[in-house]
Parts: sequence; C-alpha cells; structure tokens
Amino acid sequence: MKKYDYEIVIGLEVHVELKTNTKIFCGCPNSFGAEPNTNVCPICAGFPGMLPVLNKRAVEFAIRAGLALNCEIASYCKFDRKNYFYPDLPKAYQISQYDLPICANGYLDIYVDGQSKRIGIVRAHLEEDAGKLVHQGSITETAFSLVDLNRSGVPLLEIVSQPDMRSAAEARQYLEKLRSTMLFAGVSDCKMQEGSLRCDANVSVRPWGEKELGVRTEIKNLNSFRALEKAIEYEARRHMDLLDDDEVIERETRTWDEEKQVTRSMRSKEEAHDYRYFPEPDLPPLVIDPEWVKSIAQSMPELPDQAQRRLMDEYGLPPYDVAIITSTPQYLAYFDQCVAEYPQPKTVANWMMGELNKYLNQGNMDIAECLIKPGQLAGLLQMVDDGSISGKMAKDIFAEMFASGKDAPTIVKEKGLAQISDQDTLMRIIEEVLQSNPKVVADYRGGKQKAAGFLVGQVMKATKGQANPALVNQLIDKCLSAE
Amino acid sequence: MQLCDLTIHQLKSLLEKKEATAEEILDSCLVRIQAVEPKVRAFITVLEDSAREIARAIDKQGNYQGLAGIPYGLKDVFCTRGVKTTCASRMLENFVPNYDATAVSRLIEAGAVMVGKLNMDEFAMGSSTEHSAFFPTHNPWDYNRVPGGSSGGSAAAVAAGEIPFSLGSDTGGSVRQPAAYCGVVGIKPTYGRISRWGVIAYASSLDQVGVLTRDVADCALVLKTISGYDPLDSTSINIEVPNYPDSLQDDIRGLKIAYPREYFQQGVDEQVKAAVMQALKTYESLGAVVDEVSLPHSEYALPAYYLVANAEASANLAKYDGVRYGLRDFSAENVVDMFSQSRAQGFGPEVKRRIMLGTYALSAGYYEAYYLKALKVRRLLKNDFDQVFENFDVIAAPTTPTVAFKIGEQVGDPLTLYMNDILTVPVNMAGLPGMSIPCGFADGMPIGLQLIGKPFAESTIIKAAYAFEQATSFHLAKPALGVK
Repeated sequence: MKKYDYEIVIGLEVHVELKTNTKIFCGCPNSFGAEPNTNVCPICAGFPGMLPVLNKRAVEFAIRAGLALNCEIASYCKFDRKNYFYPDLPKAYQISQYDLPICANGYLDIYVDGQSKRIGIVRAHLEEDAGKLVHQGSITETAFSLVDLNRSGVPLLEIVSQPDMRSAAEARQYLEKLRSTMLFAGVSDCKMQEGSLRCDANVSVRPWGEKELGVRTEIKNLNSFRALEKAIEYEARRHMDLLDDDEVIERETRTWDEEKQVTRSMRSKEEAHDYRYFPEPDLPPLVIDPEWVKSIAQSMPELPDQAQRRLMDEYGLPPYDVAIITSTPQYLAYFDQCVAEYPQPKTVANWMMGELNKYLNQGNMDIAECLIKPGQLAGLLQMVDDGSISGKMAKDIFAEMFASGKDAPTIVKEKGLAQISDQDTLMRIIEEVLQSNPKVVADYRGGKQKAAGFLVGQVMKATKGQANPALVNQLIDKCLSAE
Repeated sequence: MQLCDLTIHQLKSLLEKKEATAEEILDSCLVRIQAVEPKVRAFITVLEDSAREIARAIDKQGNYQGLAGIPYGLKDVFCTRGVKTTCASRMLENFVPNYDATAVSRLIEAGAVMVGKLNMDEFAMGSSTEHSAFFPTHNPWDYNRVPGGSSGGSAAAVAAGEIPFSLGSDTGGSVRQPAAYCGVVGIKPTYGRISRWGVIAYASSLDQVGVLTRDVADCALVLKTISGYDPLDSTSINIEVPNYPDSLQDDIRGLKIAYPREYFQQGVDEQVKAAVMQALKTYESLGAVVDEVSLPHSEYALPAYYLVANAEASANLAKYDGVRYGLRDFSAENVVDMFSQSRAQGFGPEVKRRIMLGTYALSAGYYEAYYLKALKVRRLLKNDFDQVFENFDVIAAPTTPTVAFKIGEQVGDPLTLYMNDILTVPVNMAGLPGMSIPCGFADGMPIGLQLIGKPFAESTIIKAAYAFEQATSFHLAKPALGVK
C-alpha cells in the first residue's frame, strides 16, 4: 500500500581511467586491448621486493581533472593501502588515497527542467586499477579462472559526488556531464564499454520533507548510461515498496542484472570488507607545488561549462541543444567549424542533433569517423539557403554524403538533383499545368484558395520534386491573379 | 691464518700486490664453508660454480678496484636474478626472481663475488634464526647458542670465516643484534640511505639494508659501495654519500657521546653493562666527552615497534596467496580455500603470529588504539633522540641486553624473544643510523657496543667505531670453530 510520497537521493562513485602512456607505479604501457599479460612487469604483478614509483603524469592528469571538476587541489596528500584478497589484485592491497585525497570540494552543474542545478563533488582521489579475471565459458561451470594483469596498475581517478541527485535522469545527466568534462580536460577516453569509465550508484529514498537520509544501497555493474537510469529507477522503486510494506531496507551492496533488469544482493553490511587502510610506507607523502597547479590551470582547454555558456550567450541556443553539442570535444569542434562557415548556429545544431546523430547512431560511429567534414555540412546548408536545393532534397543528399564523403554540389551535379529556380523554365511548366487543369483553376478563381496547393503539387510532380517550391507558389499565385 | 680469515682491506692489498688471486681467496672460503657448514649452517644456497666463474673473470682482468674479487654472502631476503630467493620460507622455497636487488647490482658492479645465500628467520621475523623454515643456524662461538637474527646466517658466516662480508637487513635490530652475538661489526644506516628495491619487505617503513664485516674499515668500504639514491625506491634519499673510508680516523677528541640511562636498566645483564661502561671509559681516555642522558619514551618503543612492524607486515605478506608464484595448494576446491590453505602451509608459526597481530592492529575499531597510537609513540621516540642530538654527536649503549642465548631456550616464549630487540628497535623507529661493534666477552660470548648517530651521520659513528677499534683488540678475537 502506498503510504508516502518519496524523494529519491542518489550519489555516484565514478572511476575514470587516466590515459597516461604508462601505468601509475611502473613503466608498463597503459593500453587497452593488448594480449593478456603482455603489459606486465614484476612491479605490477606484485613480485617480492618490488616497490612503486609514482607516475608524475598521472598526478598531472589528476590535477587537470580536479581543476575541471572545480575542486581544490591539495598541496599535501598521501597514499594508503586498501587491503583485500582477490586473485586479480597482485599485492593483495590496492594503493589508493584514504583520508587525504588529491582533489576535494568540487562541483558540476547540470540542467534540470531548464534550470541549472549544482551537484557537489566530495573528493577525487588517485589509485591503481586491479587486473581482471577471464573465464572460458560460463563462470559457474568453468573449473578455473584466468588472471590478466594488463590492467593492474592503470591509473584511476575515483570521483565521489555528494548525494545531491534526486532522480535517475539527474544521475544520468551528472554522469554525462562528468564524462564530457573529463573528455574536454583530455585526461580519459571515458569509454564505458571498455571500462575506462565505471560508475557505482548509492541510492536511498525518504518521505518528502524528511531531513534524515534513508538507508542506502550501493549498486555495482552499471555498464551504460541506460543501465544507470534503469537500475536507479528499479532500486528506488524497491526501496519505496519495502517502506510502504513497513519492511526494512538492508544496507548492502547490490549488482545490476542487465538481462533480468533487476538489482540483486551481492553482500550485506556484515559481509562488507574491512579494508584496514593505513598509510603506504613505500611512497613518501605527495607535496604538490601550487605553481605547478597554476601552470596546469593556465593550460586548461575550454571545458563544457565554458563552452555551454558561450553557446547560450553568443548563439542563444537552448540548454538541451547545448548539452548535446558539448558532449565531446570532437562534437563541439565539429559544431564550431561548421558555424564558422555557415553562421546559423541553430540550424547547424538541428542538423547535428537530427540527421548527423541519426546516422552516427545507426552506424555506431564516433564523430571522428564521420565522412562529412564540417565544411561540407556548411556547404549543404548553404545550398538550401540559396535555393539550389530544397530541405527535403538536402536530407537525401546528406545521406549520400554520409555514405560517400562527397561534397553536396558534386552529388547534386552527378544526380542532376539541382533545384529548378529558373523562372522561365518554371513558367513553361506552370502554364502546361494550368492548361490541363481548367477546373481547378476555375475553383481557385471561384474562391477556393486551397486549390492552389493542388496546382503546386502538380508542378512538383512534373519536375520530379526539383522545382523550388517557394518560387512555384509565388509564380502560380501571380499567374492566377493576373488573368 | 688463512685467506678466508682476513679482512677485505687485507685481501685487497694481497690482490693488488698480486700475492693472492680472487680464485685463491674464493677457494679458501669454500674450503672453510665445507669444513664448518655442518656445524654452523649459515648458508641456504652455496653458488660454487658461478662464484668461481666470476673470480676467474676478475683475475683474468687483473683489476682489483672496488670490491673486485672479494667473496660475500647475502641474506636470503635479497632478490638475486636466476638464484633461488627463499626468505627462509616454504612459501618461497622455489622462487627464482628475474631481477637483482639494487644493493646486489651495486656489489656486482664493484666486482664482488657472490658465494651464496644466507639463512635467516623466516621473512626476517625473529631474533635467533631459529624461525628459518629450513634449519637453525648456530653461533660459531658456541654451537649450542643462537647467532641472533634475523640476519643470523649473515653474522655467523662472517664470524666463522666463511666469507669476509655479508649483507643483512635490519627492521628492529636484525643486523646489529646478530653482529653483537657473533662478535662482528654490523651497521644499519639511516632509513633511505640504501635502496630497498629488491629486498623482500617485512616492514617497509623500518626495513633497511645493513652490512656485516670483521672490522670497521671493511664496513666503511662496503657501505660506501651500496649506499645512495635509487630512483626505483621512492623512500631512498637523494643526497650525496660521503666517502666513508675517509672517516677512519682515530682522533675523536671533543666528540660528545651520550649514554641513555634507560638502556642500562632492568633486564640488561651486569656483564654486558660493565663491558659497555668500560667502553665509555675507553672513549673518555681517547678524549671524548661522555655524559648520561635520558630517552624517556624508550620503554614504549618495543610494543609500538611490534604494532607498526606487524601492521605493515600483514599487508606486505598478503601477496603470498599462491596465485602468481610461490607455494600453492593445488588441492583447494575454490579460490578462498586456495588462499588460506597455501598460506597455512607456506608460513611458519612466527610469521602467522605477526600477520595476525598486524591484521588485528589495523582492524576497524582498533586502528586508533593500536596502530595510530604506535605512530604517535614513534614520533615521541624520534623527538627524544632529536633532543639528545642537540647536544651530542653519538649515543652509545649495549646492542643487546644479554649475550647469545641457547638454541631452544626462548623459542616457545615469543615475548622474551622480543625483548632481545629492546635496545635496537628505537633506532629503526626513529630511522637513525646504528652500528654494533665488539666490546668484550661474557662467558666466552661476544658483547656488542651500539653506536647511534644523527640522520645520515654514518661518518660520525664510523669514526667513533674506528677509534674504539684502534684502541682495543676485541675485533681480532676469533671463534675456535673446533674443526680442521
């Protein structure tokens, strides 16, 4: 039975792999997709007597990320050991940061119903990734696990938000904003499928107006934006149903079952690890020179927030469009280059969000792989403006361009698609149409304004759609009223 | 006197004058090893063939600079490329690294000839070498007694004339205590002076490589060879290493030596006390200024040490899980059983005890009361030393409360065994350089004088040690060995 109206409270823990050339504590390559156990050395395999040496580039990337997330950058921080046994964790502890993270107190702004909303970031800390287990066949039936340590020691930034989100949609927006921010900062590929962006969600619900937070559960195994939304919706519903039935919500860790679209219990609070954190004695505390931070700040590229403000202020684009256009630096660059040659931002935005996205999604492609260069799209739009082609034709030509990479004028020429805007040519056709449809002409003259539409249609038909419709309208009007 | 009984500097001079070859020196050591090993049992691995190869190559080259042609042994905690590195544990009984520890690389570069790997307490946990998973080592001065530990094999082999020098590791006294028990010179330099890269960790914030030799001059030479910054060890310090042999001067007039009253209190044997007091008189006669001081937090050093060391050890030894190397129980039905059964079989009782104590000390709800408190004590201990060093150059004290005890005497009593470290652990907790040199005998067993210096002031304690050695002859005494 429904007892209350509930408020959903969500916080996200996001792991971002930093795209340094080498791992965080050794010189092994940091690259995805290599043959198992080829990017491995005694250090990242946890051999006896080995010691970590911190990768300066990983620290620099963490600072860049922290600045992009509006965080304070610590001038003094340290590393700690997080202890647990697992076959993919070679040292049986993960070098992480416990009480003194490199970045703290940041935020990201998202748009909720057209209103800006600020999501707080508690902290972002550096740590090393673990390896992974590989199973031949079904995990439940195979006799053994294989360990691949290529990922062991890849630098990670764990970004912990405040419990500031109030719906699955907000959580998704935050994660999208976080992703675009990391992409713009140039610190990560943020590919959820490859695991370079990973997300856990903490979910609780409380009756409206209640100040205390409800009991939270943590959801793991969220491998896509869609999974994040679905899992939060499912989990929040589950909490509400339990509360409505006067049942207790267990504080536990749950996993998202993509197939069944449900969350399932992984381990209870009692089974939770005691990680026995303590300061990593093999690494001295990390002292960060504020001058270094300053120089990194000065070299920061434009970030989504700045870009979004620019697009709204200069072009008057709505927040919805702006969020999509600034989703990746490549996407924004495409937009900017296109607008530079065809200065009608809203039209460009519409085409990018419409046709371009449609075909990119169909082909599961990245904009970098798109055969239509921004200048070519600008060229196409110009042809619409100067009447060489109609909007309808432009869409067909776009499809051609997307497939072949050819310029719009080339396609128009090759296919003889140019719009007929020559008045003499059109007049000849119009006269033919008027002569063969005397009844319609009479209807029009008798006051049936709509009859003109039929006549325009006939002209379009006669020209296989190539006639400039606006001009045809104009000319028919002129003919009929003149006689 | 045979070649194997000589010091490094004596051997170097023979080599340079072409009065001996590296191979002859090696042969002499190997003969001694063969003769005494059934009684001493210092070696886990002897590398006769590869040692002979290196010695011959050096003789062929005829360049005897550095440590070229000088045989040595390594505590089996040092990783050696292509050579079994066991840590005296069943866990690593068949472990062969494909890398050399930095300290070992530096000895190889200096031309020293590695003769073998030496016995120790398993994973450097112990004070008697009785906790070796393989066999105990015996004190060359009395085979019924322990050589100390955990670098017991390293000390015994040098004392028995099997090798002129060895490397050990010192986490709470593991070089100085066996040096004292076996009547040799042992130094543990400042934390950060020698790279720990490739040294299998016990307690990372306390572990430091140490050197065991027959006299102070040898100690200075070997220390100089292996010291210095290593980019592979982030805790090694990037400062210049003085040429320690330059500190071998016997003029110590005006040197200010403090002796802490807490190091002469209950539990310290009267004969040990007397020998150290006599040593202080010797210093006075050499023109040093000697005065009593207090290190008031000393009594808390031992419990704090065992919390810090075991906490770090519980993490350092977690990697021995049977997954990638080392002992694995193949009969396990699942991964958790594989972890626990491999570890149950691979570790000895003392290692298990320390892992459990350390795990407990770090556990939620106990961290503040134990580990954090121990870190605070550590800071207080450091402050005590800093204060004394405002007015003094060197702190002198006994290295151990007693001379070497009988094998089996303390093995069932861990707390008593831990007391052996009471005078050495504060030095590790404060990260200071410490040294033990022979200063007398009690019941026929050697007594060690401990000299403690300011951070990175190894030169000062070497100078003080050398002056004492020049004025006395304790370092010249040799065990009878009782073999031909």
